[in-house]
Amino acid sequence: MLPTRRIPTLVSRPRRSFSKPFQRHNSSVAEPPPAGGHLPSIANSKLLRTTRERSLRTQGLSWNDEQAESTTVRETRKMNVYQAVRDALSIALTKDDNAVVFGEDIAFGGVFRCTMGLAEEFGRERVFNTPLTEQGIAGFAIGMALMGHTPIAEIQFADYIFPAFDQLVNEAAKIRYRSGGQYNVGGLTIRTPTMSVGHGGLYHSQSPEGFFMGASGLKVVIPRSPIQVKGLLLSAIRDPNPVIFMEPKILYRSAIEQVPIDDYTLPLGRAETLVEGSDLTLLTWGTPVYHCETALHMLNDPPPALAPHIPESLRKAKIELIDLRSILPWDAAAITESVNCTGRLVIVHEAGMTAGVGAEIAAEVQKRCFLRLSAPVKRITGWDTPVALQYEKFYIPDAVRIVDGLVETLAY
Amino acid sequence: MFRRPFASRGIRRSIHLGTLPNSHSPIVSSLSFFKSVTPDGGIIPTFRVLDGVGRPVEGAQIPEIDEPFARRLYENMQLLPTLDTVLYQVQRQGKTSFHMTSHGEEATIIGSAAALELDDEVLGQYREMGVLLWRGFSVDSVMNQCFGNQEDTSGKGRQMPVHFGSPKHHFHTISSPLATQIPHAAGVGYALRRSDRRSRNIAACFFGEGAASEGDFHAGLLLASTIPSPTLFIARNNGFAISTPSTEQYYGDGIASRGPGYGIDTVRVDGNDVLAVIAAVREARKRTLEQGRAVLVEAMSYRVGHHSTSDDSFAYRQRTEVEDRKRIDNPIARFRLYMESQGWWNATEEEELKARLKADVMKALKRAESLPRCELGELFTDVYAGEEPWNIKEQRAELTGLLKKYGDSWEPWRTELGRFKNKGQDLTSV
Repeated sequence: MLPTRRIPTLVSRPRRSFSKPFQRHNSSVAEPPPAGGHLPSIANSKLLRTTRERSLRTQGLSWNDEQAESTTVRETRKMNVYQAVRDALSIALTKDDNAVVFGEDIAFGGVFRCTMGLAEEFGRERVFNTPLTEQGIAGFAIGMALMGHTPIAEIQFADYIFPAFDQLVNEAAKIRYRSGGQYNVGGLTIRTPTMSVGHGGLYHSQSPEGFFMGASGLKVVIPRSPIQVKGLLLSAIRDPNPVIFMEPKILYRSAIEQVPIDDYTLPLGRAETLVEGSDLTLLTWGTPVYHCETALHMLNDPPPALAPHIPESLRKAKIELIDLRSILPWDAAAITESVNCTGRLVIVHEAGMTAGVGAEIAAEVQKRCFLRLSAPVKRITGWDTPVALQYEKFYIPDAVRIVDGLVETLAY
Repeated sequence: MFRRPFASRGIRRSIHLGTLPNSHSPIVSSLSFFKSVTPDGGIIPTFRVLDGVGRPVEGAQIPEIDEPFARRLYENMQLLPTLDTVLYQVQRQGKTSFHMTSHGEEATIIGSAAALELDDEVLGQYREMGVLLWRGFSVDSVMNQCFGNQEDTSGKGRQMPVHFGSPKHHFHTISSPLATQIPHAAGVGYALRRSDRRSRNIAACFFGEGAASEGDFHAGLLLASTIPSPTLFIARNNGFAISTPSTEQYYGDGIASRGPGYGIDTVRVDGNDVLAVIAAVREARKRTLEQGRAVLVEAMSYRVGHHSTSDDSFAYRQRTEVEDRKRIDNPIARFRLYMESQGWWNATEEEELKARLKADVMKALKRAESLPRCELGELFTDVYAGEEPWNIKEQRAELTGLLKKYGDSWEPWRTELGRFKNKGQDLTSV
């Protein structure tokens, strides 16, 4: 044992005390609270940027046009997630003649409406239905990308990406390496709807991002909101690597923001801190971002039913909420920096625990932050069973499970 | 064995033009391409027995059926849409999460079921509820699966509605991923042939023309033809894979044209003519068993309903197109007219049947919606057989701890627990 080796690097931010409460109040004095309490849902989430001003201040936003850097002339429009996907695809098709969009049922708009009107606008030669073959779709897209084109392919559900696994893991991920850098499929983007909706059962609820973690050469991205979708999807399309872009399907209609109408990108490989805090790092991606937001409210201002389980002393804890966004490669620097500051890490994902993405992050964080950790890294995940239809509410980690994990980790 | 005639012909020609080392392909000196599998280079014909108004077509041989059999066929052809209509509405009312109807494909599904032996192993896609009905899977069992209640014998409420399964009825549990059952069927057929007790049975595999685009289709037909195994493949070509019309699904002559590519006996049949389906599938089954090798049937039909309750097909096809098809080529009406012409059916019986089926379905519906789900602990069972791994044990204990803590006090959880048999106490009271 060499104790000197275990001294952590200096943290860049000071630890903050428990004294500043998490500033958000939803309870109304005038009327009795509803059974579940006044808690945020996706529809009224404060994380969603519903004004032009907040939209244009999106962290890391980079305009991709000739106009001045100033944001004062920029316009925004109200969009949900499927409209933001469509907007990004439309920009990609407009600006890049080599871009094509294809997949099962996409010509009439797609089963989630993400490609509405694109076939009419850009023609069936650039926006087209494919026969029902995921391995074919991925392989075809790889072929186009090998020729320097920009295929943007859709796999109808992430649950159905497995026939394409060979093409993605053995081909897309490895082509640059095996050809000594002479060939690549950087133009390739695979979009696919992911995660649960509450009634999908085994094959419409899965979160298969973890299966791609070992496929170096691929990038995996999961956005949380319309602004993020548009910026990250345009980055994914233009990134010089093949990217699997997983869209949380429950957010297609429910998450609404003011989205800048111009062409912009958001950085891949970078996590985003949504709420700053100094006592615990809460890390997640996709749909559970909103369950985490609810859990923060429960911790700070618990509804009467939960109050007995949430010690007064922990209610002012400052939780740092981070959206990982890029799953592969993931932003180890940002997570390390945060955990070195807070000393506690809770990871939330919908996929099962064993070999989920949380396992990789937990292993790396305990190596990098070992002496700074005040509690074991906690994973709040789906169970190691398939996603069972009638049991789904007790399978998917919800806000109560998250707040319980926060209390356990804070009190450790 | 049955390739010998071709082989000898090939050898005879090669006397002049040489031979290939690994093929009996006759050598020719003229360059000629082909893209048809029919001798005349045309489209594969469709076998039909009854015309659109239930009259035998000229030269057709009516398959042997007696009146009781015909009545049973018709009752099942009516039960299927009766269930579908109710289950569709029930989903629309939010009582179940999903449904897929068989509207327009009643003759294909019931006719195939009737031509198989009751203990032939069936591997379906998801639109084959009619096979189970034919085999005596009760209306209650259908409802219980669709409601995912404690009497869902198909899968303990774990799968979406219409994902039936019943070993007793030799019907393998439905999986949502498309075409995965096709290679399974090849293996099932091989296993049947290897078991003395089951060697008179075949595997019968259903799939749509869309699923036939998946790699698993090619794998399944390749294996069942090459290994070989007694597997009957029944392609339901209903014209649509969700929104994608069959014209965008394949460029060749449907699914049937692929059969000869695997060297297997193949037939295309009018899927809206229940007697033609019975005749074709009976003969196909016979050949499958005799040859011990794959046989392919392509049943041509039209998906009158939407793909599922998650789909509105009028976003991609004309309402009038669907209405026209329903009116002009209704498989149920076609068979009813034939029954009437035989003196086996009349308007009074029609009314009585419809009323009885509706009453049966409504009774099963009322019962199914009143039953709770299985015990919550079933979330963790059946992942493994034998010793349960530590992670499953620990995760069950973790949920149990959470339920003890919040199950009573947190209203959303209390309400949800109330939907399970014993309200979660199978976990919390241990």
